[in-house]
Amino acid sequence: MIEVLYFAWVRERVGRPRERVETSAATVAGLVEELRARGEGHAAAFADTAALRVALDQDLAEFDAPLAGVREVAFFPPMTGG
Amino acid sequence: MHVRVQAEPFDFGAECGAFAAGRCDAGAVVSFAGIVRDRRGGGLEAMEIEHYPGMTERAIAGIAAEAVRRWSLADVLVIHRHGRLPPGEVIMMVATAAAHRAAAFAAAEFLMDYLKSRAPFWKKEIAADGAAWVAARDEDEAALSRW
Repeated sequence: MIEVLYFAWVRERVGRPRERVETSAATVAGLVEELRARGEGHAAAFADTAALRVALDQDLAEFDAPLAGVREVAFFPPMTGG
Repeated sequence: MHVRVQAEPFDFGAECGAFAAGRCDAGAVVSFAGIVRDRRGGGLEAMEIEHYPGMTERAIAGIAAEAVRRWSLADVLVIHRHGRLPPGEVIMMVATAAAHRAAAFAAAEFLMDYLKSRAPFWKKEIAADGAAWVAARDEDEAALSRW
């Protein structure tokens, strides 16, 4: 089981801030494919991964990063702090 | 090194004063405050700032530690708020203390550039005619390359 978190418009499109996901995906990209199949909201959120950023256990990562040992995955748009 | 992520307002002047007070280790203190700016012509009700509890604090601490290392800072302070902030509210501040001013200024600019694009915050503009997420700007990402 993996904890998947969503922020900003990704959260709004998915319709929830987090969910627990049973996955056999080897990489983030594989997980994204599985999430897209969960429904219209997920598909809309993940339509263009170039517009998204991902963090694995609270560290920024790439979409080809492996998921082995990861407990928390977060998807969000580019950050706009400051 | 002090990092605070909070919903509550803070007193920018008092924070600067406390940060600078009693220092003998630094000849220069530089501070910056970010303020919610109304739209041209007005109409902004608030800026809603979302963050990622846990990762936000870690990311800021990492950026601050890098600034301390690069410019041998005596100290650094970062405060960033989240939640709903009306125009005129102070969103965030940084302060740096260094032996000389060049390092204090450079470190403050470095902190701001990195906080904008690498600390997990997302801004949403709330107005009477609707709400919209603020898009990241290419200039903000490009600003990182100078460091």
